Amino acid sequence: MEKIAVKVDDLTVAYNYKPVLWDIDLKIPEGVLMAIVGPNGAGKSTLIKAILGILKPIAGSVTIFDKPYKSQRKHVAYVPQKGSVDWDFPTTALDVVMMGTYGSLGWIKRPGIKEKKRALEALEKVGMLSFKNRQISQLSGGQQQRIFLARALVQDASIYFMDEPFQGVDATTEVAIINILKELRKAGKTVVVVHHDLQTVPEYFDWVTFLNVKKIATGPVKDIFNDDNLTKTYGINYKVSIQK
Amino acid sequence: MTDAQFEIQLIASLVAIACAIPGTFLVLRKMAMISDAISHSILPGIVVGFFITQDLNSPLLILLAAMTGVLTVVLVEKIQKTKLVKEDTAIGLVFPALFSIGVILIAKFANDVHLDIDAVLLGELAFTPFDRVFYGDIDLGPKSLWVIGIILSVTLTLLFLFFKELKLSTFDAGLATSLGFSPVILHYGLMSVASITTVGAFDAVGAILVVALMIAPAASAYLLTTNLKKMIGLACFFGVFSAISGYWVAHWLDASIAGSITTMLGVVFLFVYLFAPSKGLIAVLYREKQQRIEVSLITFLLHLKNHSEKRERHVNHLNEHINWEKVRSKTVLTLALKNNMILITDDIVSLTDKGDEFTSKAIEYILTNEDSLIEDMKDDFFLFRG
Repeated sequence: MEKIAVKVDDLTVAYNYKPVLWDIDLKIPEGVLMAIVGPNGAGKSTLIKAILGILKPIAGSVTIFDKPYKSQRKHVAYVPQKGSVDWDFPTTALDVVMMGTYGSLGWIKRPGIKEKKRALEALEKVGMLSFKNRQISQLSGGQQQRIFLARALVQDASIYFMDEPFQGVDATTEVAIINILKELRKAGKTVVVVHHDLQTVPEYFDWVTFLNVKKIATGPVKDIFNDDNLTKTYGINYKVSIQK
Repeated sequence: MTDAQFEIQLIASLVAIACAIPGTFLVLRKMAMISDAISHSILPGIVVGFFITQDLNSPLLILLAAMTGVLTVVLVEKIQKTKLVKEDTAIGLVFPALFSIGVILIAKFANDVHLDIDAVLLGELAFTPFDRVFYGDIDLGPKSLWVIGIILSVTLTLLFLFFKELKLSTFDAGLATSLGFSPVILHYGLMSVASITTVGAFDAVGAILVVALMIAPAASAYLLTTNLKKMIGLACFFGVFSAISGYWVAHWLDASIAGSITTMLGVVFLFVYLFAPSKGLIAVLYREKQQRIEVSLITFLLHLKNHSEKRERHVNHLNEHINWEKVRSKTVLTLALKNNMILITDDIVSLTDKGDEFTSKAIEYILTNEDSLIEDMKDDFFLFRG
């Protein structure tokens, strides 16, 4: 049987006693490129944040490769929503990417030449090397997203969580990002992406989870990405033309 | 310059640096008003500490007062978490309540001692050289100098050790959490440093002006640099500059030192606000004007591209056709000529190859918003700098 990268058991998360995620059971096998889809307010970002310990669940547990998240931080990289940070912060593209190395450094230790080299490699991978000294507010939305991706790549993790990496990016960047994600999968990494554009799910991903406060379905795109599950998730009689 | 004058300037400079460091992070975390709250609400802490220790410079008093500062932050966050009121309202509720308790305590019990409202609000920098530390018979210098010197050393050590963590948790608290750096610990660490510094600076500049020392230098530095380390350095420089120049302004006007320092902080900020190279008001206005001209230029070039008829490209007709006043047409024409984008022969304007390429690229960019196309044009044109 294949290895399970992320296992979520009976996870319930509430904001002010109102559950936003209810009794989620989820197994993400190692090496998949998975989309989490669902309507606004379905708890997609919340699920990722709860897995990463950014939000405290009121019930349930999460394990990464059969161990609690706290002991597995080094295997996990996270790309938050672009809008979650202040892009006017006085720092450069390179510096933001370097932040990805902080986890392996731990407290107090400073990043050195080795970390800088890794950050530069990651910048090159996302095609942003020439922008390394640019102040981050001077980057376009797509470029900012690439910087975030580079910061995750630098962590050299086994599992990548990404919160809407395609939001507000141009078509070129979207292609560049998805190619990098596919490369990660080829290298045996697990990639979990909160995704909005249902049309591109079959083309980009091989695994999908339907979420709307409760988990509706999870599995290979070719088996479960159908009108039935879409309707269950989005509530209305939902139909997309799926090219299989 | 006398010894006392030197000591006052030294104390004021150290206070300025000690305030500028936490102040920079407060500004970046959009928590400037929290420093106002802390500086007021530590008053009851100082009063109670004074009752216990009878010494305004006692470490116990400083710790007690600093705890009131942290308590303020906790209370503001608790009230805010109920979602019944917003953060600014919560701040406005908490600190006057605590401050007023301090005012009543002073008026009721501390009338006859060396602690009055004026000193609390405005400090008494001029008197700091009189209260000195002795080791046996040896004069070790003013007490305030020791207090702020120790606080500054602690702040600098913490900044040096945790710079990376502070930067990360200020920029992206979510990533900090997922990497195992607790933003909560860093947040309260910063609040504790801000509170302790406020108490230490209190004696010199008072409750109202300490806010200015935390916020104004950092706000000025923010407009000048895109590098966090430089921002901290510049904030310290502006703080020290205002402290020393403020002292001499006070000397010259025979006025309050604290008041003069704060005025200088305001002058520095105003100067930076007007003249900062890229974020300053004048630079912004200039940039907006240039962008307007550049939009006109593209409109004009596009007109030339779309019309091959001579009639449409005659210099005199351009005024009427694009419907611009003469000055604007002239600016645009000059700009296009300067960049070799057009040729004028017998009053007929035509696009050069360069102009033609520029127009296509610019239009393509405006339609697709794809940056790669115009990367090389960013240096010459404001329009493409986002």
